[in-house]
Amino acid sequence: MVPVLQPLGRTFLAFLAVTGRLTLFAARGLSHCARPPFYGRSILRQMIDIGYYSLPVVGLTAIFTGMVLALQSYTGFARFSAESAIPNVVVVSITRELGPVLAGLMVAGRIGAAMAAEIGTMRVTEQIDALVTLATNPFKYLVAPRLIAGVLTLPVLVLVADIIGIFGGYLVSIYKLGFNPSTYLKNTLEFLTFEDVFSGLVKAAVFGFIITLMGCYHGYHSKGGAQGVGQATTNAVVSASILLLSFNYIITELFFAR
Amino acid sequence: MSTAEPMAPDAPPKIRIRGLKKAFGSNVVLDGVDLDIAAGESLVVIGGSGTGKSVLLKCILGLLTPDAGSIQVDGEETVGLSEREMDRVRRKFGMLFQSAALFDSLPVWENVAFGLIQGKRAKRDEARKIAARRLTDVGLEPRVGELYPAELSGGMRKRVGLARAIATDPEIIFFDEPTTGLDPIMGHIIDNLIAKLTSKLGATGLSITHDMASARRISTRMAMLYKGRIVWDGPTAEIDRSGNPYVEQFINGSAEGPIDIPLQDHFA
Repeated sequence: MVPVLQPLGRTFLAFLAVTGRLTLFAARGLSHCARPPFYGRSILRQMIDIGYYSLPVVGLTAIFTGMVLALQSYTGFARFSAESAIPNVVVVSITRELGPVLAGLMVAGRIGAAMAAEIGTMRVTEQIDALVTLATNPFKYLVAPRLIAGVLTLPVLVLVADIIGIFGGYLVSIYKLGFNPSTYLKNTLEFLTFEDVFSGLVKAAVFGFIITLMGCYHGYHSKGGAQGVGQATTNAVVSASILLLSFNYIITELFFAR
Repeated sequence: MSTAEPMAPDAPPKIRIRGLKKAFGSNVVLDGVDLDIAAGESLVVIGGSGTGKSVLLKCILGLLTPDAGSIQVDGEETVGLSEREMDRVRRKFGMLFQSAALFDSLPVWENVAFGLIQGKRAKRDEARKIAARRLTDVGLEPRVGELYPAELSGGMRKRVGLARAIATDPEIIFFDEPTTGLDPIMGHIIDNLIAKLTSKLGATGLSITHDMASARRISTRMAMLYKGRIVWDGPTAEIDRSGNPYVEQFINGSAEGPIDIPLQDHFA
C-alpha cells in the first residue's frame, strides 16, 4: 500500500505548494498593478505586442472558424431542414465561445511563450537581479505592465475576432450555400445579444490575465540556463491553455446556467 | 593601487557583517562570516569556486535572505528590511555583474541611464547626457549608446556594465568576477578602469574573484573565504607574507595543501 500512497501524497503536496506559490505571485502582481509608479511605456509596448501583432494570427483563426462553422451547421441542419438557424448558430458560437477561446489559445501560444522565454532569459542571465540592484522592483517593472496589457488588450482582440468570425460565416453562407445576403444579415443582427458579446469579452479579460500571469510566473521561476528557459516556455503555454479552458467553463456556468 | 585614504581607526565601517549564515537545504554555504569593509577601501574577497563568494554578495545586496546573522550598511541593519526600505538602501549600491547582465531589450544608453530614470526619477534627456558622459568615462564613444547589447563584444559589455554601475554615483560598488570571460589584456584594462573610477568617485569597493592578478590590481585589502568563513584578511601588500597556509596555497595555485576540494564542489 505504501509504495502507492507515497508518490500520490507527494504529488498532491507538490500540487498544493504550486497552487500556493502561484496565488501569492498573482496577488503580488495585482498589488503592483494598483500602486504607482506605472510604467506607461512598458504597458504600451506590451499592448502593441499582444494586440496588434496577434491580429493576423487571430484574424485567420477566426475567419476559418466562422467559415467551417457555417458549413458544418449547414450539412448537419439540412437533415432537419433547419438551415435558417445558421446565422444564429454562427453568432452565438462565435461570440460566446469560439471567439474568446480560440483567440485566447492562439495568444497563449504566441504571447505566453514569448513572455516566459523573455523573462526566463532575464532570470538566468541575472538581468532580474540587475533590476533589483538598480532599486527597481521586477514585479512592478516586468509583471504588472504585462498583466495590465493582457487584461486590457484581449477583449479588444476578441471583439475583432468576433467580427471577422461572423464575417467568415457570412461569406460561406452567401457564396457557397446560396443564402440571401440581406436576410442573413438581418437574422444575424436579430440574434446578436448584448449578453453574448459581453460574456465573451469578460472571458477574454480573464484569459488575458491567465496567459500573461502564466508567462510571467514560469519565466520568473525558471532556472538552469537554456534548458530551464525551454521548460518554462512549455509550462507557460500548457498551463495557460488548461487554465483557460477550465475558466472558460466556470465563466460560462456563471453567466448562463440558471 | 592603494589610493584609499587611511581612515581614523574608530570610524564606523561602511559595511559590517557578523555571523552571517546561509544554507541551501543541507548544503551550508556561509557558516558565520564576520567582515568589516571600511569607507573608501577596496576589499577583494578571494576564494575557490563554490566557497560562497557569490552568495555573500547576494546576501549583502538583499537578493538572498540570510538564515542568521547581521549585515549593517552605514550602521543600519538591512537583514529583515521590507522590499521598499531595502530599495532605499540599494540606491547607495552599484553592481557590475559577472556577465554584465545588460538589459537586452534596451539600447546601451538606456541601460546606463536605467538607475537614473527608474531609481532616481531623472528626466530622460538629462539621463541620456549623463549616460553619454559615463560611456566616455569607461572608454567608449557616445555613439555606442545607440547600439543594443547584443551588438557588443564581451569587453564592451563589461565596460557598459561598469558605466551602468557607476551612473548613479553609488557609495558602494560591487564587482562580481570582473575579469571572467575576458582575455588577459582586456582584463587588465577593466581592472585599471575599476581602480580609477572607484577612487575618482571616492566609493567603497567590494569585489569577489578567483583571479589573483586582478585581485592584486584592484584591492587595498583582501579577505579569503574558505568553507563559509573568512580565514584571513589583511592589506594587499601583506598577502605574500600572510603566513596562512590556505592563502599561500591559493595564491600559488598548488594542488597540494590544506584546502580540501571534495568532488561535489566541482559541480556546485
